[in-house]
Amino acid sequence: MERIPILKMGPFLLVTIQVDMHDRLAMVLQDDLTSMISRTGARGVLLDISALEIVDSFIGRMISNIAAMARVLDAETVVVGMQPAVAITLVELGLSLPGVRTALNVERGMALLRDAVRRADGAGTDAGADAIAAALAGEEDDGGGDAPRGPRGAPPA
Amino acid sequence: MSVVRAETVPVRVESDVVVVRQTVRQWATSLGFSLVDQTKLVTAASELARNTVVYGGGGSLTLEALEDGARRGLRLRFADEGPGIPDLALALTDGYTTGGGLGLGLSGARRLSNEFDLDSAPGKGTRVTIARWR
Ligand SMILES: Nc1ncnc2c1ncn2[C@@H]1O[C@H](COP(=O)(O)OP(=O)(O)OP(=O)(O)O)[C@@H](O)[C@H]1O
Ligand SMILES: [Mg+2]
Repeated sequence: MERIPILKMGPFLLVTIQVDMHDRLAMVLQDDLTSMISRTGARGVLLDISALEIVDSFIGRMISNIAAMARVLDAETVVVGMQPAVAITLVELGLSLPGVRTALNVERGMALLRDAVRRADGAGTDAGADAIAAALAGEEDDGGGDAPRGPRGAPPA
Repeated sequence: MSVVRAETVPVRVESDVVVVRQTVRQWATSLGFSLVDQTKLVTAASELARNTVVYGGGGSLTLEALEDGARRGLRLRFADEGPGIPDLALALTDGYTTGGGLGLGLSGARRLSNEFDLDSAPGKGTRVTIARWR
């Protein structure tokens, strides 16, 4: 059966939707993601929809469901890369995607997730997530200037 | 106003919804609609095609390229011979669903279109017609 691949990147799962999804495929993805989160204990899900040319009420419901189920399993969901025309249309359609966080691209989405996990874990650092985010941002360390920052401990002297 | 081109495609099974999206995209592109207008048309068509399959038991879509002087438009006629809709105003209310959806398909398709017509009655099937001008 046709499936949308789910990539494990450290503590996060990355899903890149590259096809015009028919409804059954969307349902399968929802189920696959849920079992993968519980199996791997993933802390975050990045849903890259930059290749999606439309988001209708069905896909919107799938995104909301994924975010809701992930939350129950202690994982954050960030939707990244929504095309401007899709965003405009979504508003007019009346879809608000409550509780779903969005980011411009994968790098920023990853930074959002990293901060969310760090906040949830208190002051502890997550070296794995930092390394991945840094690698994606093409940097040696996580000193990216445009990444949204959450509260964190003072940098080492 | 005249119809300068027309085509009818089946909307019977779930995979037809994907074909409808692709067909409407091609027509909207060739008629010179902007990317945002294309997206609105394809999204509205996706909603109406799904309703045709899920509630109408399958039907068809007729695409019509419109000309009115210098204006160009695209009209989409969805038709099925399903159970029909008993209360049109209720069906057009945001959030109303009998199928566990978000209840945004019909009302959203109306917002995404310049012209909208819903013709349905119990036992008479359902015809939803939308049009957008550029
Ligand atoms: N072609 C049709 N034949 C019969 N009933 C229909 C048809 N289209 C819509 N309806 C009725 O109108 C209701 C509202 O339709 P609408 O598309 O707005 O919402 P939905 O399909 O229930 O959910 P959503 O589209 O948001 O996923 C449906 O639940 C159904 O009862
Ligand atoms: Mg619907």
